[in-house]
Amino acid sequence: MDVLQQLLKTFFDWQAMGEVIPQMLTVGLPNTLILAVSSGILGCILGLVLAVMGISRNAVPRWIARIYTDVFRGLPAILTILLIGLGFGPVIRLLTGSTNPFPLGIAALTLMAGAYIGEIFRSGIQSVDKGQLEASRALGFSYTSSMVLVVIPQGIRRVLPALVNQLIALIKDSSLIYLLGLLSSQREIFRIGNDAAANTGNLSPLVAAGVLYLILTIPLTHVVNFMDKRMREGKRARIEPDDVAGVVGKGAQT
Amino acid sequence: MSEFKSGSLTAKNIHLAFGSNKVLRGIDLHVPQGTTASVIGPSGSGKSTLLRVMNRLIEPDQGDILLDGRSVLADNPDELRRRIGMVFQQFNLFPHKSVVDNVSLSLNKLRKMPKDQARAKALEQLDMVGLKQKADARPGNLSGGQQQRVAIARALAMEPEVMFFDEATSALDPELVKGVLSLMTDLSKGGMTMVVVTHEMGFSRNVSDTVTFMDGGVVVETGSPDELFSAPKTDRLKGFLSDVL
Ligand SMILES: Nc1ncnc2c1ncn2[C@@H]1O[C@H](COP(=O)(O)OP(=O)(O)O)[C@@H](O)[C@H]1O
Ligand SMILES: [Mg+2]
Repeated sequence: MDVLQQLLKTFFDWQAMGEVIPQMLTVGLPNTLILAVSSGILGCILGLVLAVMGISRNAVPRWIARIYTDVFRGLPAILTILLIGLGFGPVIRLLTGSTNPFPLGIAALTLMAGAYIGEIFRSGIQSVDKGQLEASRALGFSYTSSMVLVVIPQGIRRVLPALVNQLIALIKDSSLIYLLGLLSSQREIFRIGNDAAANTGNLSPLVAAGVLYLILTIPLTHVVNFMDKRMREGKRARIEPDDVAGVVGKGAQT
Repeated sequence: MSEFKSGSLTAKNIHLAFGSNKVLRGIDLHVPQGTTASVIGPSGSGKSTLLRVMNRLIEPDQGDILLDGRSVLADNPDELRRRIGMVFQQFNLFPHKSVVDNVSLSLNKLRKMPKDQARAKALEQLDMVGLKQKADARPGNLSGGQQQRVAIARALAMEPEVMFFDEATSALDPELVKGVLSLMTDLSKGGMTMVVVTHEMGFSRNVSDTVTFMDGGVVVETGSPDELFSAPKTDRLKGFLSDVL
């Protein structure tokens, strides 16, 4: 009985949770979203550039994209964040006078997300039927216009679920930014929970942080499942009978 | 009198190899203005490749291509392809765009027509193939026959001088073939210059002005439909006809 009581108090101390939740919602949540969403958007731009380089007919951009992707997918997130954040921190301070770790934190998350998103975009673009490029070129569009107008938009549509998965990963990975040293107002969800846990010697604030992450990520995973399902089943296209086939073409001879 | 500003098309001594696979070995084809040439032959004989070389989706290794008597090999290939419409076996409509946008895309982006004007012209073109009422549908919601007619409208919108058809009815359910063939027949009768790769021997015999039989990357026989179908000279054509008829 004592043990159970002890565990309940460690993880589910309602008072400790109640004290930290307002700050988590007003400070932590916006900061987590700023980190995840801005690196998600920048990561998509970087990823698109990498994908286009990756399918280039020229070997040089292809190789640059390949090496970049291998490096940034192969490193642990914590290492990239520390190297970028701590390594470039002093340079940024010298140039701008700012010590805000957010820009470099976002940069590090973007560099990593870009590598993953680039591969997602590339596979999506490459999965578009070859006939699409051929039909577009047969109309007289250049290779570049065909890619921009016809092939890439279809490739991106197909990988939307995978992109949402990346956003989920970024929401979680944004917690690592605490390593760069955050002012009180810069703390994201995890850091606020962690600080409160350290101060009270109780883990309940971290449990509250965990619940908040799940409130963000679980609906997103369901969005992914929904999109996947819709894509697999198609918004199934009611195929109509060829109702006017007999009307056109008075010249049928065959 | 022609409804189309069609032109003549000539291929001279076309050679093309994919690596060591010599797919086209000296093809000659002449399609006078306003006529329909059908190209028949067994699978793998190089018919699709010939069409792609003649609009320079693939560059020939050797030979010449003339549109209206003038060599086009030195031209910008993108501009050449605007003068030649192409219809594919698998339709290849753009699934992320509405039917009318499929047709107006090239008008808007290549002809630089304002959007509303391009749409109006595309609707006219769709009306011609009997599908104006489907303008705002997605291609995926149309039957195969309807999709192919949209693909024909898309190609016609650029007012091509020549139309290529690469087995345009081969992917269609039998009951949908007729609508597409009758549209192709109308185009042929309207004076469009056409090169039609087909397995539809009825179309080849009754609609086309000339028939060319290809096998193994060469033209084995060419002539009027009557000559080829009623009096084939070579054993290869006789064998092919007895297989398909
Ligand atoms: N893109 C390509 N790369 C390599 N070989 C090809 C390609 N396209 C066609 N071929 C080859 O060229 C030959 C002729 O093909 P094709 O022109 O499609 O014949 P057909 O249309 O008469 O059936 C075949 O042996 C085929 O494998
Ligand atoms: Mg073929």
